[in-house]
Amino acid sequence: MARSLKAVLTHLLLASGAFLSAMPFLWMLTTALKPESALYQPPLLFPTHFEWANFVKAWQAAPFPRFFLNSAVMTVGIVLAQTLFSAMAGYAFARMRFAGRDLLFFGVLGTMMIPFPVTLIPSFLVVNALGWIDTYNALIVPRAVSAFAIFLFRQFFLSLPRELEEAALMDGAGRLTIFFRIVLPLSTPVIAASAIFSFLFAWNDFLWPLIVTNSPDMRTVQVGLAMFQGQYGVFWTLLSAAATIVTLPAVLAFLAAQRQFIAGITNTGLKE
Amino acid sequence: MNGVRLQKTPSKASRWGRTLGEWPAALFFLLPTVAVLGTFNFYPALYSLYLSLFEWNGLSPTREFVGLANYARLLASGEFWNSLRVTLLYAGGVTLLALALGMGVAVLLNQPIRGQALYRVLYFLPVITPTVASGVVWKYLFDPTQGVVNRGLAGVGLEGPSWLSDPSWALAAVVVVGVWKRVGFNLVVYLAALQGIPRAYYEAAALDGAGPWQQFRHLTLPLLAPTTFFLVVTALIDAFQVFDLVYVMTSGGPLGSTDVLGYYLYRQAFRYSELGFASAVAYVMFALIFAVTVIQFRLTRGGQGDG
Repeated sequence: MARSLKAVLTHLLLASGAFLSAMPFLWMLTTALKPESALYQPPLLFPTHFEWANFVKAWQAAPFPRFFLNSAVMTVGIVLAQTLFSAMAGYAFARMRFAGRDLLFFGVLGTMMIPFPVTLIPSFLVVNALGWIDTYNALIVPRAVSAFAIFLFRQFFLSLPRELEEAALMDGAGRLTIFFRIVLPLSTPVIAASAIFSFLFAWNDFLWPLIVTNSPDMRTVQVGLAMFQGQYGVFWTLLSAAATIVTLPAVLAFLAAQRQFIAGITNTGLKE
Repeated sequence: MNGVRLQKTPSKASRWGRTLGEWPAALFFLLPTVAVLGTFNFYPALYSLYLSLFEWNGLSPTREFVGLANYARLLASGEFWNSLRVTLLYAGGVTLLALALGMGVAVLLNQPIRGQALYRVLYFLPVITPTVASGVVWKYLFDPTQGVVNRGLAGVGLEGPSWLSDPSWALAAVVVVGVWKRVGFNLVVYLAALQGIPRAYYEAAALDGAGPWQQFRHLTLPLLAPTTFFLVVTALIDAFQVFDLVYVMTSGGPLGSTDVLGYYLYRQAFRYSELGFASAVAYVMFALIFAVTVIQFRLTRGGQGDG
């Protein structure tokens, strides 16, 4: 009896917390589906109307198709670049022998300690000097490498048995062949983890795209949404519809790769 | 970071002999990393220190060397001190509240209960939600008349403040959103740490007559200490740099009550084109974050020194 009471209490506490956690999403969806005229009616957390037209309206009220295209190009570019380049660097740090390797690795890790605001202004000046303002280059190249992903890959490669690679080395295979033909195909779990981190980072990023784009044609979804809010500040149905559209890819990506994402956090954060 | 520990490769003797042989290949594998991190991390970190010694609007071909004048101006500026105070309040608030809530939920979840996976997803969703979208939605939740927060308060007979347009409440509202976005992360890390504590410890403590609270106080809490340090430091470092939420929800207002350092820096650099002065602000942030990191290293070394 006492045991089941405890279980009920636990669920009660957990469920109320989970409700508070999820409530903004529910509210966003409900509002996005309300007709503008019903907005002032008493609030209901669950939608009673399904005004899908709000999504169409929001989609058309600002150049959202263009924002989506820009975010998609930037996200795909960053995910591919970060995954490939970080895997390469992680492999060099895990397997190759050369003078200064550990020093260089510490240098890479050290960049994680530099707060973004510190590099912001000079990075902007570099991009500006290269003539990259309002280009995909500005959105992708400065973030083409992730120190965190390099760390993930290095740890993973260190855990792989060396035998296969050594056999291939004996057979005269070069490092490139070994890396692409043997090591990468064995690395799908860490590739998935790295890719989901990169995806969420790129899709959700705001400050850098805000600074290196001026033209509405080059805005990403996050910058676009912030601008949209500036214009349509009180049109809550449209705003909620826009926020839903922008949130959806991040939530779907997370749900698809939840396991890898959470394992990535807990493994690098704490355990040896 | 605790997890970062270099493993030495065993064959040290042959290391120098093969050095040259591996360099060309290594160079190829590391080229993108060195080029990108060099150009957009190392060089900017040094260059902004250099820039902080100049007065420059970013456009004029000449820049005037002013020595430490930017820093002196900073220290004399009431706006800066306000911004520093707001940042510390925000960071302290978010860190402590999200830590306590994350730990509480983790302890509750660390039991054989049904729906664990679902709970974890629900608590974690805010972490991966775009900050801009979160800000937009919460701005609506905090709307004085239509928002769900004040409607809920009215439901229990209370009249809520006008939150984001009230200088004494705006920061609290932004902290709420910061906490909402952070709890899931703390929860997941705490849960992993809790699951690493052997059950036998608790069984032994129970045999010795320790109740649930004593078990938590004398067993769980000390065993979680390294995790707590890690979470405090990462949360502070994140919170010191907060920008997106403030940009979307309050633009630093009203009356500078949410004017965090990240937003202050942004305004100085990209609205007023005070690149030298803004670089000095950036270095103050750097110093703040660096201090936290050093303190963390000291404390964890001290705490774990004897293993």
